[in-house]
Amino acid sequence: MQGKPTAAGAVEVSFTLNGSPRHLANAPFVSLAETLRSELGLTGTKIGCEAGDCGACTVLLNDRQVCACLVPTAQADGAKIETVEVSGALADRLRCAFLKHGAAQCGICTPGMLMAASDLLARCAAPQRPDVEDAIGGVLCRCTGYIKIVEAVLEVAGGAMGSDPTARRTMHDRPGGEPLAHAVGTRLARVDGWPKVTGSDRFGADAAPADALWMRVVRSPHARARFTLGDLETVKADTPGLVAILTAKDVPGENSFGIFPNMKDQPVLAPGVVRFRGEAVLALVGSRAAVEGVFDGELPITWRPQQAVSGLAAALAEGAAPIHAHVADNVLTRGNLRCGDVTVGHCVGNATAEGRFETAFVEHAYIEPEAGFAVPVGAGPDRIEVTACTQAPYMDLEETARVLGVDQSRVRIRPTACGGGFGGKLDVSVQPLLAVAAWVTKRPVRIVYTRTESMASTTKRHPASIWAKASADRAGRLTAFEMQADFNTGAYASWGPTVANRVPVHGAGPYKVANVWNRTRAVYTNDTPAGAFRGFGIPQAAIANETLLDDLAEQLGLDRWAIRRINALDHGDRTYSGQLLEHSAGLPQCLDALKADWDAALTRVAAHNAAQPRKRRGVGIACMWYGCGNTSLSNPSSMRITLTRDGTLTFFNGAVDIGQGSSTVLAQIAADALGLPPCAFRMVVGDTDLTADAGKTSASRQTFVSGNAARLAGEDLRRKILALANAGPDANLSLDGPRLTICDGEASRVVDLSLIPAERNARQTGSRGHPYTEPRVLDVALTRNCGMTDVVLEGLGTWDPPTTGLDANGQGIPYATYGFAAQMAEVEVDTALGTVKVLDIVAAHDVGRAINPTLVEGQIHGGIAQGLGLALMEEFIPGRTENLHDYLIPTVGDMPRIKSFLIEDPELTGPYGAKGVGEPALIATAPAILGAIRHATGVRVTRVPVLPHRLWEALQHEEAAQ
Amino acid sequence: MLTYHRPATLQEALAIRAECDVTVLAGGTDVYPAKAARSAWGDMRHQDVLDISRLGELRGIADAGWHWRIGALTTWSELIVAELPALFDGLKLAAREVGGAQIQNRGTIAGNLCTGSPAGDGQPNLLALDAQIELMSASARRRVPVREFLVGYRQTACRADEIVTAILAPKPSSVNVRSHFLKLGARRYLVISIAMVAGLVEIGTDGRIAKTRLAVGACSAVPERLLALETALVGAAPSAAADMVTAEHLAHLTPIDDIRASARYRRHAALTLVRDLLAQIAATFEPRVA
Repeated sequence: MQGKPTAAGAVEVSFTLNGSPRHLANAPFVSLAETLRSELGLTGTKIGCEAGDCGACTVLLNDRQVCACLVPTAQADGAKIETVEVSGALADRLRCAFLKHGAAQCGICTPGMLMAASDLLARCAAPQRPDVEDAIGGVLCRCTGYIKIVEAVLEVAGGAMGSDPTARRTMHDRPGGEPLAHAVGTRLARVDGWPKVTGSDRFGADAAPADALWMRVVRSPHARARFTLGDLETVKADTPGLVAILTAKDVPGENSFGIFPNMKDQPVLAPGVVRFRGEAVLALVGSRAAVEGVFDGELPITWRPQQAVSGLAAALAEGAAPIHAHVADNVLTRGNLRCGDVTVGHCVGNATAEGRFETAFVEHAYIEPEAGFAVPVGAGPDRIEVTACTQAPYMDLEETARVLGVDQSRVRIRPTACGGGFGGKLDVSVQPLLAVAAWVTKRPVRIVYTRTESMASTTKRHPASIWAKASADRAGRLTAFEMQADFNTGAYASWGPTVANRVPVHGAGPYKVANVWNRTRAVYTNDTPAGAFRGFGIPQAAIANETLLDDLAEQLGLDRWAIRRINALDHGDRTYSGQLLEHSAGLPQCLDALKADWDAALTRVAAHNAAQPRKRRGVGIACMWYGCGNTSLSNPSSMRITLTRDGTLTFFNGAVDIGQGSSTVLAQIAADALGLPPCAFRMVVGDTDLTADAGKTSASRQTFVSGNAARLAGEDLRRKILALANAGPDANLSLDGPRLTICDGEASRVVDLSLIPAERNARQTGSRGHPYTEPRVLDVALTRNCGMTDVVLEGLGTWDPPTTGLDANGQGIPYATYGFAAQMAEVEVDTALGTVKVLDIVAAHDVGRAINPTLVEGQIHGGIAQGLGLALMEEFIPGRTENLHDYLIPTVGDMPRIKSFLIEDPELTGPYGAKGVGEPALIATAPAILGAIRHATGVRVTRVPVLPHRLWEALQHEEAAQ
Repeated sequence: MLTYHRPATLQEALAIRAECDVTVLAGGTDVYPAKAARSAWGDMRHQDVLDISRLGELRGIADAGWHWRIGALTTWSELIVAELPALFDGLKLAAREVGGAQIQNRGTIAGNLCTGSPAGDGQPNLLALDAQIELMSASARRRVPVREFLVGYRQTACRADEIVTAILAPKPSSVNVRSHFLKLGARRYLVISIAMVAGLVEIGTDGRIAKTRLAVGACSAVPERLLALETALVGAAPSAAADMVTAEHLAHLTPIDDIRASARYRRHAALTLVRDLLAQIAATFEPRVA
């Protein structure tokens, strides 16, 4: 090398890439990750942080794993580079193992994980678990809890894993070895998995039209300020390649968005006032070099910073400055649930416990920062199509149309693969900005948030300040529970009302309590907006109610398992919102499943502590419940399955799979309802032009609500097929091209679909590709005819969970069903240093029916990882922890062993008995860990995260008190 | 437009360093994160870059007589697998604690030193090794003891026209040497230290401590030696060392409150880690039970 510098500072570099020689010219300081993606189109290498903090961009450089975001392109010269797109037996064995074990969920970390693992396996013949942990320790995963990734790598290391395509097909068709009689209940490999393990899945940043302009958002460095703009036209004129500088004035429709119709308080671009650090002020649109060449400090923005109102105490203080003029006391909304009389309840109790609890902002830390592109269609333009990562395409559509000031028919949302969501991609982020930019410039526009931009500008888990009080009688039966919980909702409403409404319904925990009074407030501050995050406030509330339960057990001399068992909601009980639990209520079974482990752990820990004064162990236990679906609101889902004259069976599924596996679960349900195997379907997922509204991927509702819609659609199509053949309900179906065979006992009838006149033409058809073999199709001409216009039969299904409104005292039927769980944690505390290592978690979850046990376990593992982070290390501080080295999430080395019990107490209203598990997975973990810390040390933790210095300080107090 | 220099020889590199205002880049593990942090808030400017990765003179670890010479481009991973005496056990342990495998494969020990972060995992060990830093400019070569090289918070003695070319670790007089390192962070892997301690203990023929060098990191603007403790430990039985450590021995540390820990905790944690380190070293001298 080093080649002479060429035009525009580019250097020529030659290297071997995945076995083939490559030669290119690019700017030398541009990272290798960027060069692989932008110059070579190898978008399997993901960019999650540009700082070496997440490992998503891990590639092999001269046979060693490196973060491609930290390697200058200049240093690629002469090197051997391998990426996730590499072919080879080892790579294929790892891919198959990842699929089989469910080691890829959203798939954004998967390329990095695969490369890190291949680095290990190429150099180490017989790695053990610690070797695997060392090898993948530098790659963060937010979905899986790492458990199944380690299992997959160890299986390949052990030599058991095959790599041939048949092995792969088997995982889809016959995971148990035999052809599937039923898909429900089997460990089917995820139907969208293969693109995730080959690097061909397309996430928000992975594709855009070649002529797309780039957009970069200029954000407020101040938490509260007014500003005026100077002469932007001159900036534009002086910056070659800059096409537009968008301001609030450029928003054609309403310059506001928000979840609730009456609370659309967040501007797309700030109109002279900013309310949090990171708020969007301007959008620069132009060539990539142009938008990345502008130095924000030189833009004509005159700032007048004001004293920011940060934190709940400041916002609720007497005379606090209002964040929004129309809310003088900063209280956005209040929630309330009241039943019985708590005064009486406390009086009749033999023990009363009370406490105050504090939780921090928690960042979703999905490894994929928000990204996407928008395309104007037609002159005018007639329509805007936004392609981006999202959890809620139909909500994005409504928000975008409103911001553009156009009818909703003029907007289309096309979700990409979603590299983790956890609630953080329920709110719009890039969508309205992209739509406005494409509308104004009449050109395609793309954007990729940086990690810091993502963390500073998008929603968080609400910090909570909770007071709670509980009483119980001598036997441990709860007689009263009271809670006053304040939630810091930040500068804008987002999902604040949902948190305020969900918490009263769940706040006393999954227990029988006759006298309850739960009050909540969502409070505006000048902090980062808080929104939806796995559990909507319940994880915070559970820390309070479970701690009080431990207090009561201690006061009454009862075992902590026993006090939960005696109070556990059961079939036929009434909740404190007055709802009769008619069907699935498996908390008693969950607790019973843990009992043997609980007793053994207590004995084991006592023996350990007798010999170990410094490193003390403890066990804790916690329960949870969580209503599936939206609180007392209609939240229907509609699914459609079509059969065309050529025999193509297409499942039009509007439920976005954010990694949790809804595409697979819904395919399994639809398959059994129809009577054909899951591999018979081609899938069209989440495109607002092609699929019906399935609602948001939130509230643990897709398996339960969309699962029912998928079941109904499958049954509808089956009914029509059987009618066609005059066959009975037990007939077997098979589909071979246009030949549809219906076997009914001895009788068999073949229907040639090509001879049936098309019932109707689908309005618009297309496909994101057959899930097993093809990548998602993300070219602009997505709606090309895919041979789907000749629909001969169609199955439709719509389902809305039956709920009622809640009265002023929170009484009613807020949810059709609830997920229940009990988890126990065993920890070791180094009492000299205040550090906590979680050794074991045993988790029992009542999921009604595990449609796919591997996916359910994956949700539990991932939820536990997030619960562990919430308890021990995660604390977002605006302006301070806006990256993934100051904001810590668990690595593989922080994970405990996990044992899962899947309790199947069938929910009669659920599809095949199933309920949701997404949020339930997380909620019990933190309180179980806190209970274990208390058991080990005597320290009653009331603030999370329990950073080492906080626990040590508490231990000092504890010591002083004795 | 940023100028990116990637010379093939040290001589060329030093000429560039003499003439241009450049950021020196080796593995990039500090340069790129700093760039990302600035550009995220709209500061898209960047200094010109001097990429020293082609300088073969700066590679390799060698036995150079009275000392070991660690080339400035030596990565953490290269150090981990290098065949080195027990003197380097502590530094190897630190190497395993830096970031994750990706960072260890790219990051250099000299780069960790030049960044001068108070939490640089390599620095306490270099103090314990009593290392000297070799610096070159176009006109001169000099050696600076590591304790003089680290001037203050992210400040080093490396001048604008100099490049760190090697780290020199003197060989101890005794063969009975132990070195050790302990790091405390809030998670496993990819974690910035709350506190850390490195130590070297030489045992005399009488089985007692002949010499120690101990250094605490992340508890001051630069890592600090524990000179009073080192003096006090001379002549002590290794097994008695841990109990001899008092808070006064660490009184000169100046820890701060930050997002990772309180100053008070850091001071306590450092004390605990020093005791743990000495106890663990002592355990290696215990006669093995058959």
